[in-house]
Amino acid sequence: MEKSTWTTKVGLAQMLKGGVIMDVVTVEQARIAEEAGAVAVMALERVPADIRAQGGVARMSDPELISAIKAAVTIPVMAKARIGHFVEAQVIEALGIDYIDESEVLTPADEEHHINKHKFTIPFVCGCRNLGEALRRLAEGAAMLRTKGEAGTGNVVEAVRHFRAVQGDIRRLQSMDADELFTAAKNLQAPYELVKQVAAAGRLPVVNFAAGGIATPADAALMMQLGVDGVFVGSGIFKSGNPMQRARAIVAATTHYRDPAIIAEVSKGLGEAMVGINIDQIPTEQLMAKRGW
Amino acid sequence: MNVGVLALQGDVREHIEMLRQIGVRPVEVRLPRHLDVVDRLIIPGGESTVIGRLLTIYNFVAPLRARAGRDLAIWGTCAGAILLARTLMGTKQGGQPSLEMMDITVRRNAYGSQLDSFELPLDMPVLGETPLPGVFIRAPQIESVGPTVQVLARLPDGAVVAAQQGRMLATTFHPELTGDDRVHRYFLEL
Repeated sequence: MEKSTWTTKVGLAQMLKGGVIMDVVTVEQARIAEEAGAVAVMALERVPADIRAQGGVARMSDPELISAIKAAVTIPVMAKARIGHFVEAQVIEALGIDYIDESEVLTPADEEHHINKHKFTIPFVCGCRNLGEALRRLAEGAAMLRTKGEAGTGNVVEAVRHFRAVQGDIRRLQSMDADELFTAAKNLQAPYELVKQVAAAGRLPVVNFAAGGIATPADAALMMQLGVDGVFVGSGIFKSGNPMQRARAIVAATTHYRDPAIIAEVSKGLGEAMVGINIDQIPTEQLMAKRGW
Repeated sequence: MNVGVLALQGDVREHIEMLRQIGVRPVEVRLPRHLDVVDRLIIPGGESTVIGRLLTIYNFVAPLRARAGRDLAIWGTCAGAILLARTLMGTKQGGQPSLEMMDITVRRNAYGSQLDSFELPLDMPVLGETPLPGVFIRAPQIESVGPTVQVLARLPDGAVVAAQQGRMLATTFHPELTGDDRVHRYFLEL
């Protein structure tokens, strides 16, 4: 029997497809998320919108909180470690959590190196803004990808930008002659073997979710129609007026993303969405998507 | 023959791609009316709490119970096996909606967290002598089977991981994540 193989790491992400992963900060929120149809929960102390508002250094959550959330639900539980903070990752792995998000939402611990994720038995999800970044994370051992978007804004524009960038880069690779892939790899700053693999397959070798700014059922369906495999919703649910109803609506819109009549129906009377932030009003040094390289 | 893959959540694409390689053109089933043209249905891997909830909300339960095992052959992989089971163990707090069609008892997350997910070659005599690659991801286990249920595969410790009751098939592992299409071919003959 071989445990935690690459197939099972990538495989769990494949099982999450077509689903919604929700940020939760308490046991009670975790139960609401599970009840509403979350495919997994992200256990956190503060949602990105609060991290953004309160400032300071954002770190891994209290292991007690993470474990309490793990004990409260039967669906997979994820937790965030800082970029490059391999000891936070070791701690989360020791808690027996299901997935680690090496996340730009937390303050980076290393401004040059991400975690060497091959050294872990727990699988990792990482953010990306373009194909080069996606492939660098895969080279480091990430088993799942997501757009970075701009977390805690309730503004989907960056997630759209990042996903379109990845897809555009893949289409460009597909149109290239085999002789051109070496320079393409150089320009993408990504390993040649992965570039060659993506050019041949026409898609990433792992699941790619949308994250960062998704706040409404229509946002979720927009990302799904663009071609993501599933959706992370951070602040969008529990920073809104009616979390249970909104969570259910986003789940329905993610399943029925090509059915505008259903999206319309579930979007009715959801109450207040989270307050959004325009990206150009955020000081450059406070942009989370720029963290990581 | 028209094969459907329940496309509410989970690894739908992997099943569809394997069926296409066999030469079958499957239908994605998102609403009960999509079942009208289907005489075989695969319930993919995913989260049983999520798929079960969507099955209930979108009124799949009655039409599936009316047809499954009769004019609709049905196969559940992992979460799909959970949804077929008559009795569940390890459900979420407050229980969870399910189809309750096959005379088996299934325990969710029987092996632990993701860190206990594993791969192991399986003996499945109905598929011949070559072992089947077994991929178990936060897998359930079939704890007991009724008198009319046939056990198709076990782990070395005796735990049941594949079972069949007439035209209903349950596997707690994921043949769709491997290059081995023998379980898919077996289901198409069911």
